[in-house]
Amino acid sequence: MTLRRRLTVLIIAVALLALAGSWTVLRAVQASRLGHRAAADDPRIEPGPVTLGPAAGGPRLVFRSMTWGDHRDELGSAPLADPAGTRTVAAPTCLRFHAAAGTGICLQAVHGLLEDTYRAIVLDADLHERRHYDLAGIPTRARVSPSGHLVAWTVFVGGDSYAGTDFSTRTTVLDTTTWTLQEDLESYAVTLDGKPYRAVDTNVWGVTFADDRHFYATLATGGRTHLVAGDAVDHTLTTLHDNVECPSLSPDGTRIAYKKRVPGLSEDAPWRLYVLDLRSMAETATTEERAIDDQALWLDDRTLAYALPGDDGTDLWTVPADGTGAPVLLAAAALAPAVVR
Amino acid sequence: MYLADSRRPAASAAAPALGPGRAARIAPTVLALGTVSLITDVSSEMVTAVLPLYLVTALGVTPLGFGLLDGVLNGASAALRLLGGLLGDRGGGRHKAVATAGYGLSALCRPALLLARTTPLIGLVLAVDRVGKGLRTAPRDAMISLATPPERRGRAFGVHRAMDTAGALTGPLLAFLILRAAPGGFHAVFTVSSYVAALGVLVLVLLVPGRSLRSTPARTARPRSRGLLRRPALRRITACASLLGLATVSDSFLYLLLQRRLELPAAWFPLLPLGTAAVYLLLAVPVGTLADRIGRRRLFVLGHAALLAAYALLLVRPGAGAPLAAAVLALHGIFYAATDGILAATAAGAVPEAQRGAGLALVGTGQAAGRFACSLAVGALWSRWGDTTALAVMAVALTAAVAIATRLLGPHPEHRRREETS
Repeated sequence: MTLRRRLTVLIIAVALLALAGSWTVLRAVQASRLGHRAAADDPRIEPGPVTLGPAAGGPRLVFRSMTWGDHRDELGSAPLADPAGTRTVAAPTCLRFHAAAGTGICLQAVHGLLEDTYRAIVLDADLHERRHYDLAGIPTRARVSPSGHLVAWTVFVGGDSYAGTDFSTRTTVLDTTTWTLQEDLESYAVTLDGKPYRAVDTNVWGVTFADDRHFYATLATGGRTHLVAGDAVDHTLTTLHDNVECPSLSPDGTRIAYKKRVPGLSEDAPWRLYVLDLRSMAETATTEERAIDDQALWLDDRTLAYALPGDDGTDLWTVPADGTGAPVLLAAAALAPAVVR
Repeated sequence: MYLADSRRPAASAAAPALGPGRAARIAPTVLALGTVSLITDVSSEMVTAVLPLYLVTALGVTPLGFGLLDGVLNGASAALRLLGGLLGDRGGGRHKAVATAGYGLSALCRPALLLARTTPLIGLVLAVDRVGKGLRTAPRDAMISLATPPERRGRAFGVHRAMDTAGALTGPLLAFLILRAAPGGFHAVFTVSSYVAALGVLVLVLLVPGRSLRSTPARTARPRSRGLLRRPALRRITACASLLGLATVSDSFLYLLLQRRLELPAAWFPLLPLGTAAVYLLLAVPVGTLADRIGRRRLFVLGHAALLAAYALLLVRPGAGAPLAAAVLALHGIFYAATDGILAATAAGAVPEAQRGAGLALVGTGQAAGRFACSLAVGALWSRWGDTTALAVMAVALTAAVAIATRLLGPHPEHRRREETS
């Protein structure tokens, strides 16, 4: 082939590929618009005030509302007695959310000109921003301590060729009374199986608070995961139990609900929802047999709530914590719930 | 020495047409290969940039655990690089065919991502992508070196690496523009990435000349790769590259150290690689040109001195977070500009044309093996004694390696003659 012919072929190919590329993107734009319409059987939403403090009419469930439309990803609030009923929605939009005692934590995406960045916003009871912090990666978990004083969040870091496929997590604890930030729990002193331990491949995620000093979390290193007891004052992490991810402490402080990696399940959905008794270290499987990838929430001392994939993203389900009963749908098109009393 | 008049007539469209009067020209083959790399990097970085987001938000799985395979994949990739180099040398220079296979394999991985919806399958696709990358590297560098006269190889490799880095910086932007227009449109990103990858392969097929050897000189009519290690110059370069690699901490370690030791805000972490890449992009060509002037071996060693300076800054920490971080990243970028392409340019001078692919692969593999061992060592040191000790040990090791390399690669008349009589 002569150079002229080669160039002609190349120019035609560039034109065709550019056309095909534009068509692909346009179709995706259209699809995302079409797909983003509320379905007829979606929960009813009503813009209005949402509070994280005590409200008339009893405890409420506040969560990221995922019904399509203008209020997608805003905080939704519904009576705990009837979470599937009409929900009140209000800004801000959040990817992950949790609240306790009038303090809220909202991890949100900030759509920049070129790239999405993420930030953590500490909210007061009326959803006003108290402070915000820029995040290093994609938000995955958020928790507030029962008193509302401490806040923790976890993000995924990675996604550039220079770091290879080596993704990692960052877990941060913030004291909202002094605004002291402990940016990376991986700097804590680790005791693994009773011995001091240090490794570059440690990852910590999924904090759940007992009080304003003690918490539980997952520590991963050397290909294994452990339940750790953490101390936010002494900066220590001590392993208690193996094969525990995304722990969630019961309100009475006696049990941990968690994701357990069960051998024999498929590699991309290897977890089941379990409960660990912290005194006897006995494990109880819940009757939820679908694979979950969420940090469960205790609605009370007997009932767990967790997200599963649904039509609009995710739905919330509940199951008894003692291994009896059966899973029940709690609220459609919702994620990251918190009980507000 | 190469002489312009010893070149084969410009039968192929992209044949190098260098003469004394066109001293500054970059061979069309190098520009074509740079374009292929640029386009391919746009395609692959589009995917890499959105992959964690895709896994977490679209598939709902955690990206943790991919990293566990990294070491294995890097080892496999290094072995494949040797294979790619050996295959490319066969039949008087089949570099283009092997490179096309490598680029083609990686290009096929993009549409495969549309089908792979589980973590193990996505891991497999990423692994095949690495296989393609391993195969194509040595033949591509061989073609760059064969298309350029020795005295301009530093610059030629600089141009290629700058184009490559430009692509790596553009890819993520393109991907996020698509996601901005079509929220959740990950499949559109993967589809467009497939088209871009196809274009890269097409540019390679159409614009890069097929036979990379000008002729098969009688003197090198023994393309037995076992003989490669009998060449003292190549042996020295391979030894130095491996030795220096042994003291070169991986990028992810460096960024981790940077953030922890300088207590940088968490939100800066994703920006750190951009700092290195920007400096690398800016300096690849000027440093390559400088290397041609003052000696590529010397610059290769000097580049490691820049890395050593970065270690020292991280150890001593003279000053506050942001300016110090900028200085470390600048040194890291200089290190890349002065070593990555320069090593290939240096090694090219020590291998005859008929064994160019295998020779470059050998040096590259030696370096990769050194770096892999370094990662293991740093991991072990870090676990046992913490990051300061790990860094201090690596600084001492790098000092020793630089000293040895200075001696081994120094401007000894005998070495110089060998380098130039390739």
